[in-house]
Amino acid sequence: MQALSIRGLAKTYSNGVQALSGIDLEVPEGEFFALLGPNGAGKTTAIGIITSLVTKSAGSVAVFGHDIDRELERAKSCIGLVPQEINFNMFEKVFTIVVNQAGFYGIPRRAAVERAEECLRQLQLWEKRDAIARTLSGGMKRRLMIARALVHRPRLLILDEPTAGVDIEIRRSMWVFLREINARGTTIILTTHYLEEAENLCRQVAIIDRGRIIENDRMSNVVRKLNQETFVLNLRDAASAPPDLPGYAARLLDDHTLEVDVSKDQGLNDIFARLSAQRVEVLSMRNKVNRLEELFMRLVEAPAPVRAGVA
Amino acid sequence: MAATPLPRLEDAPAWRIRWVGYLTILRREWGRIIRIWGQTLVPPAVTAALYFIIFGSLIGRRIGEMDGFDYIQYIAPGLIMMSVITNSFGNVVSSFFGAKFGKHVEELLVAPLPNWLIVCGYVSGGLIRGLIVGLVVTAVALFFTHLPVAHPFIVIASVVLTSIVFSLGGFFNAIFAKNFEQISWFPTFVLTPLTYLGGVFYSVSLLPAWAEKLSHLNPILYMVNAFRYGFLGASDVDVGIAFAITVAAAVVMFAVVVTLMNRGTGIRE
Ligand SMILES: Nc1ncnc2c1ncn2[C@@H]1O[C@H](COP(=O)(O)OP(=O)(O)O)[C@@H](O)[C@H]1O
Ligand SMILES: [Mg+2]
Repeated sequence: MQALSIRGLAKTYSNGVQALSGIDLEVPEGEFFALLGPNGAGKTTAIGIITSLVTKSAGSVAVFGHDIDRELERAKSCIGLVPQEINFNMFEKVFTIVVNQAGFYGIPRRAAVERAEECLRQLQLWEKRDAIARTLSGGMKRRLMIARALVHRPRLLILDEPTAGVDIEIRRSMWVFLREINARGTTIILTTHYLEEAENLCRQVAIIDRGRIIENDRMSNVVRKLNQETFVLNLRDAASAPPDLPGYAARLLDDHTLEVDVSKDQGLNDIFARLSAQRVEVLSMRNKVNRLEELFMRLVEAPAPVRAGVA
Repeated sequence: MAATPLPRLEDAPAWRIRWVGYLTILRREWGRIIRIWGQTLVPPAVTAALYFIIFGSLIGRRIGEMDGFDYIQYIAPGLIMMSVITNSFGNVVSSFFGAKFGKHVEELLVAPLPNWLIVCGYVSGGLIRGLIVGLVVTAVALFFTHLPVAHPFIVIASVVLTSIVFSLGGFFNAIFAKNFEQISWFPTFVLTPLTYLGGVFYSVSLLPAWAEKLSHLNPILYMVNAFRYGFLGASDVDVGIAFAITVAAAVVMFAVVVTLMNRGTGIRE
């Protein structure tokens, strides 16, 4: 069963900005999935369409098989959303916010009260139940949004940059909590612009940039791709087969061009020694552009996250 | 990998989810009215008391009778209706616009509730506020005068319908409003003038013929008169027509508001 299935999803805002240009995404049930990309890539737009906060321009979305054009209410019942920006009523009490959200999902009052207590305890907010939301610290506000998203026990939990602006300790405890929830069977999709976060939590990652998915793979493969460089070597003499380079992935592009993948902890000396031994003469060498690495250079250049809101 | 099978909320019957959702919206609106009672319940009582003192006791004595009733008695139903109108409208416009402005409208937009139900929830909140304020102002009126009730059913039906119409009006305003200025524009420039010119303080039969005709284009005239008829048994308009107009207004406004919500106007990008 696919928890989420997206086909050809596109969004052009009324001001003409094309935020998504036809993305496809499949997230199987039970997955811990990262949607990773720099600011402005289109992550929040995609989440907004899935949760019906944003209207789509084209494409289709199904949540646990419920198409949002045909079975919107059922699709919505399956999702819990932790939005990027705080969106609870600042003047309401913590407990009221969570109980009411359960009610909006159709959970009768008595059960709603029990579940609200359970969720607030899980997120260490029970002592704050009677506090007015406005008075919570930044980290508590984030946790309140997570409690609210879990109160109807969604099968799919979507978190849009849940740890942005949260200090490192709270971030780590949130990670532990999310892993637990996932282990108990909830499918999780989170968006982030921290590679570290995706690497720590997620098994599958889709990388989004300028409204397109440019990579969708197991996290481990992506990390490997990130840690390797590809060199293009020009050979003096025509070769009919790639030279023997144990430990390296080498391919002939044509009889004078050899491509070699080198992971960052491997040296180049060994390659040249082996090529010399096989009497292969290299005329020139260049570094092939690594699209992923290029993207992550931009992620690194992005403004540093605000460190605010201690619990 | 799932240790325990998760209960399937999505398989619950839609009517049950909707009913609980509706009650929850209502509960939240009720909580809001009570939480900010100093803004929701006190001002209408104070305003009404001032009207009764000035127009009823001080000036009213010099005016004498209107349509065969004490002036203060004559204006009492109109003043009650006026506060019902302003408060129903005000409750929904500020609550729904506030939800848009504070983004917590998203709590409802992500929930499995149809838009018509969300509209019904807010309108019911406006109705509750309208009726409570109506009762409060009636209580104030009883300090100053005696109010007969000629047709109780008409009193109740007209106040409920009018409150629904103006709650929907408040919702409509909130959908289009982009800032707080735009939620005070309509009450100031449309609602208040129409109410004052809607026969709250005078019988339109006293007006010159052209002004009387013009007054009949004002929907509030019909609502105020139907309500007054319920108390005093006197009306400037045909009560049947008044009800037809009010019901039609409610149906049309409901359809318009739900259509706008379905299109996402003002709430979804
Ligand atoms: N409401 C909006 N109106 C117009 N453009 C928008 C709106 N929201 C987002 N955008 C634009 O759409 C693009 C994607 O934004 P967003 O989905 O928020 O990206 P991300 O969440 O990955 O940072 C950006 O160029 C952003 O400026
Ligand atoms: Mg975003």
